[in-house]
Amino acid sequence: MTIKICVPRDAAALSLGADATAAAIAKAARQAGQAIQLVRTSSRGMFWLEPFVEVETATGRVGYGPVTAEDVPGLFAAGLLRGGAHPLAHGVVEAMPFLARQERLTFARAGLTDPLSLADYETHGGLRGLRRALGMAPTAVVEEVVASGLRGRGGAGFPTGIKWRTVASAPAQPKYVVINADEGDSGTYSDRMVMEGDPYVLLEGMAIAGYATGASYGYIYLRSEYPHALAVLNEALATLRARGVYGRNVLGADFAFDAEVRVGAGAYICGEETALLESLEGKRGMVRFKPPLPAIKGLFGQPTVVNNVVSLASVPIILDRGGKHYADYGMGRSRGTLPIQLAGNVKRAGLVEKAFGVTLRQLIEDYGGGTRSGRPVRAVQVGGPLGAYFDQRLLDLPLDYEALAQHKGMVGHGGIVVFDDTVDMAEQARYAMEFCAVESCGKCTPCRIGSTRGRELIEKIVRGKDVARNHRQLLALCDVMENASLCALGGMAPWPVLSALQYFPGDFGLPAKEPAHVV
Amino acid sequence: MKNDSVLPRGQGRRRGPEFPPYDTAAVAAILDRWRDQPGNLLPILHGVQQALGFVPPGAVGQIAKAINRSRAEVHGVISFYHDFRTSQPGRAVLKLCQAESCQACGSRELTAHAERTLGCKLGETSPDGAVTLEPVYCLGNCACSPAALLDGELHGRVTPQGLDRLLAQARRRP
Repeated sequence: MTIKICVPRDAAALSLGADATAAAIAKAARQAGQAIQLVRTSSRGMFWLEPFVEVETATGRVGYGPVTAEDVPGLFAAGLLRGGAHPLAHGVVEAMPFLARQERLTFARAGLTDPLSLADYETHGGLRGLRRALGMAPTAVVEEVVASGLRGRGGAGFPTGIKWRTVASAPAQPKYVVINADEGDSGTYSDRMVMEGDPYVLLEGMAIAGYATGASYGYIYLRSEYPHALAVLNEALATLRARGVYGRNVLGADFAFDAEVRVGAGAYICGEETALLESLEGKRGMVRFKPPLPAIKGLFGQPTVVNNVVSLASVPIILDRGGKHYADYGMGRSRGTLPIQLAGNVKRAGLVEKAFGVTLRQLIEDYGGGTRSGRPVRAVQVGGPLGAYFDQRLLDLPLDYEALAQHKGMVGHGGIVVFDDTVDMAEQARYAMEFCAVESCGKCTPCRIGSTRGRELIEKIVRGKDVARNHRQLLALCDVMENASLCALGGMAPWPVLSALQYFPGDFGLPAKEPAHVV
Repeated sequence: MKNDSVLPRGQGRRRGPEFPPYDTAAVAAILDRWRDQPGNLLPILHGVQQALGFVPPGAVGQIAKAINRSRAEVHGVISFYHDFRTSQPGRAVLKLCQAESCQACGSRELTAHAERTLGCKLGETSPDGAVTLEPVYCLGNCACSPAALLDGELHGRVTPQGLDRLLAQARRRP
């Protein structure tokens, strides 16, 4: 009997030697004279266990990890092919606590399928959403997404359905769908996982967006740091065209849709939607003034839907099961699930898809298992390089757009970076300003100049130079940047700085009893 | 402007600076591949860099003419994006992530180690021309920090010893 063995092809798994592990397994099976079917799947998102090997057995898939090539002979001796016991064995994968307590909707197929097998995709519920959408009126598709309560997962949290409604009602033609795949926030990798691990769900969501809004062409703006995603997306597009899913008649319907991937060039600001559109047009990635909204005048001056990868990847299941099913998850005005990415100094780093409302402490302690270094957690940055740093006192906050906003924090793209007690928060604050200076597009003065002046002020405070005056000036500068910048880069770069000042004044050499500025 | 004013009469327009020669045919082939496609400048520049290792300053005029944009616009795009370089890099390019998740896992120490070992700073090439060391802000491998990219190959949980092994490999390449 041929035994099925799965080894991920996700870039993170590859970065830890998954290819060598897969080759060692193939070799060991040949030597043992055992026929195996070696499948390169997506990742489950349990990255502390990568390369994570799964063996199909009568009781389900049994997992082993982290498995290096050197571990393979020992694993075969221990009966890997029967799911045998071994120090690296974790039992039936679905029953592992990290996975069993998640609510995976967008990531339902993570770790289960061969990313490029359309047959695998359809067996696991793929294309049902698009088929149902094509049988509905475009306006009904838009309303289904409105009913789901889905909000943009890229960071801004704008309701996706409302955005679609605006584009659908714009009279100009042609219209475009643009996928923002410029996932530049440190601590985030869910877009990468979708594109490398389940590309068809993204492309299905893109076609649904095109049908709903009257667009027949799409661009995926992919950051250049993701070469694996580029290869997978291009192959997936070719397959969809060959199978008649994309093309002149999408799944045989009277609707044409096609798309192409365009690669960015290492500019963080191009994750801002108007800078992204400029970049797609072949220009410097300079932020545009709004209005006009991209929904009215976007790419090449035409009505354009710009959606994040995870937002669009959540659309097929909404169309398949209905908007209400999705909206039943979550709390308040944050409906559905959020793929949260645990990163930085955390023991069990990985992807946790949960309904909104789970607390930071649950995520970091229950799922993450504390720090990788074993030292106490000191600071947590939520929502990327522009997100606030929280200390222990705020870890019981629920993950919810509004709850975090009350504390000048943000859900952002759902990345959580954990720091242990060796972190120097003044240095982190200095870096936040430096990063803003490196990545500023330069269009508005508060961001272009303010970021450099902010870095200098922090350096002076740390050196103990004229501390009271420079501190006052830093707060004033942050106020100007927050309120007078053109986009979120300059507008939110002060957040990590102000939160670091508030919760960790000692790191700046400031007295602990500073007047509260944030919150 | 100043130079123009002292040009002797009758010599016509002053020519632009002389650029080192480059493979114009390779650039022409890339321009042909993307001809008439909307917003084609980034794909063209990526193509040129992939083919030649960098975007030669002399190619700016050739590209600008082909896509009917000014040389200033093309230069502006090249200088805006971190990816595009205008001189030949080292034989290997090592990008070390400098962003928060990797900072939380020792990327500052790792970067200092790389600078010491290579004898060059971030953004420079080692004196022997073997390795160009560049900063990168997130490789999307934040669950396996610190991360590095060596000639397009991603590495996770990179220790100083692991980095030494990678660099030794890179230096052995021709």
